[in-house]
Amino acid sequence: MSAVASETKTRQLPYVVAITEGVREVLKEQANAFVAGEDVAGAGSVYGYYRGLLDEFGADRIYDTPISEKGIIGLGVGAAAAGLRPVLDIMFMDFIGECMDEIANQMAKMRFMFGGSATLPITVLTMAGAGANLAAQHSQSLEAWLAHLPGLKVVMPATPYDAKGLIIAAARDDNPVFVVLNKMSLAMMGDVPEGPYEVPIGKANVVRTGKNYTIVTLGRMLGQALDAAKQLAELGIDAEVIDARSVQPFDTEAVIKSVEKTHRAMVVHEAVRFGGFGAEIAAQIQEHAFDYLDAPVARVGAPFSPVPFSPALEKVYVPNAERIVVVAREQLGI
Amino acid sequence: MSNLDIHHTTLLGPDGHPLAPLPAEFANHETIRDLYRHMVLARTFDAKAVALHGSGRLGTYASLLGQEAVGVGIGHVMRPEDVLVPSFREHAAQLRRGVRPEELYLYWGGDERGSAFAGPTQDFPVSATVGGHAPHAAGVALAFKLRGEARVAVCVFGDGATSKGDVYEAMNVAGLWQLPVVFIVTNNQWALSTPRREQTAATTLAQKAVAAGFEGEQVDGNDVIAVAKVVGEALAHARSGNGPRLIECLTYRLADHTTVDDAARYRDESEVTPWWEKDPIARVRLYLSATAGWSDQQEKALLDECGTLIERAAEAYLATPPQGPEAMFDHLYGKLPADLAAQRDEVVAATKNRADG
Repeated sequence: MSAVASETKTRQLPYVVAITEGVREVLKEQANAFVAGEDVAGAGSVYGYYRGLLDEFGADRIYDTPISEKGIIGLGVGAAAAGLRPVLDIMFMDFIGECMDEIANQMAKMRFMFGGSATLPITVLTMAGAGANLAAQHSQSLEAWLAHLPGLKVVMPATPYDAKGLIIAAARDDNPVFVVLNKMSLAMMGDVPEGPYEVPIGKANVVRTGKNYTIVTLGRMLGQALDAAKQLAELGIDAEVIDARSVQPFDTEAVIKSVEKTHRAMVVHEAVRFGGFGAEIAAQIQEHAFDYLDAPVARVGAPFSPVPFSPALEKVYVPNAERIVVVAREQLGI
Repeated sequence: MSNLDIHHTTLLGPDGHPLAPLPAEFANHETIRDLYRHMVLARTFDAKAVALHGSGRLGTYASLLGQEAVGVGIGHVMRPEDVLVPSFREHAAQLRRGVRPEELYLYWGGDERGSAFAGPTQDFPVSATVGGHAPHAAGVALAFKLRGEARVAVCVFGDGATSKGDVYEAMNVAGLWQLPVVFIVTNNQWALSTPRREQTAATTLAQKAVAAGFEGEQVDGNDVIAVAKVVGEALAHARSGNGPRLIECLTYRLADHTTVDDAARYRDESEVTPWWEKDPIARVRLYLSATAGWSDQQEKALLDECGTLIERAAEAYLATPPQGPEAMFDHLYGKLPADLAAQRDEVVAATKNRADG
């Protein structure tokens, strides 16, 4: 999938350190890259994923901004148009509401509206996800808002390997790319090669091959789907699990190829199910593979409610392996 | 909390008499004639745009009538390597910077190619959103500062934009990081139908700089010499690493908000008339007549020259064929993702089918 030199050493690292390594590689390879965001310099971000980079690269490369989300995005847009390659940080994805004009009306449209005369190589890192007892305004998964905007790219790394590789790919891309991270994945361990490597944007990853069921997942739901696949195997369902990795552009081809083989599909994401990106995937499947389908496409997502603060309710709210199995059994009548 | 000490500059009075000795760089007639010519050109461009809209050949257009001195003054003192980040009513500054009138007509005619200027290539095109471009200017200035370039970003917005968070966030970070940017408010007294007095309780808009930690001042926005002087000083200040300034240019929107607005619904004509007596172009003509013997013949020759230039630009614009439907996808991404290439082909095919049918 990605070009990793054979002699490269691979370590087991947590997702949070993989993020740091990704940003470090970007700052090393691109002299005109810089990081700007709230609490990114001295604090190294509230989740610590920029820790050490201020000392390593200096204050000209890592900027603490005022609490000013539209200022951060707008600053990045201007700096990019003037030739820099900004890595911007929006501390919680929920805060994109603060800067949605700069994202939707400026960043996404600028190349188009400037008649192609502006290039905006901007990377935005932002933290999504429920499950940390952070309540409704610090827990959302809003990737569908961004994926709906022509001009943006949106990726959702599910593993430490992808976190590093997608950050590097995003920073090398000449378009604005949102890297939607998940706070519940920060401690997740996984293989991470040393040095720079890219995970291609727009290419899905078939994480588990299977014969008669397709599960397409976004971000952190990959782990839940893999657990569910084990349980489904005991019921005679051999599930193929596809991590979309990128929602814009979306790898329709990989999903269709799988459904043509398995004839049954489910999409899983952490975001609210109604109007979520899973609806787009389900529509793509019925448009391109209707004749192959033996059952309606199932969707698993959060209920149509803000993320509850109550730990008891939040536990019920976030989709998990058990929920995936329940929905699959209903769908398949087993 | 209302009487902050805000400096105000007027150099040339409405009757064309200098109120103080003109600064050395403006004490020659060649410079004044150049400023005058660009204001006349901007007004000619503007009148043609309104006429083109009237005959259904241009989209909705925001007239700059009465505000010519602001843009020309700014454009006069900016260096070619500086970057202009304008609002949607700064055609005079854009033209003075070298943007071609046919490019601006193309833009206002609804063709994004008009925003890919032949030059100045780094200038931003029109920002149609109010104040959303202010943070971009801070970002441009950050790039200049990081690369150690002696360049300045100049951001122009209207009085209405000063009520917005975008503008404050941009000014705040520019003051904090001492960025080489000059913020200019074209205070034309109206945010669409909302008069200046109903926009903010602040006595001046210039004083909004104080909270961001830098100086703000007012200038007579109908006095091109004063605008050029004050903006020139702010540019020098920023260029030498001393950080931003905010300049409030006091002027007046003589026209409707846009060609689809009718200001008579909310604005009394008796308010407009006195501003015609402060016309930025008339006062320079009076000055040139009195001091440089500017003749009717010279005036006619200038109007003819500008008229011809603008007519040619309009013809070039009108002769530009529209883009094909594939253009929707041309500049969306650096390289079009595979999924979207399929969509582009669908759109092109659908158009062909319609044409064939």
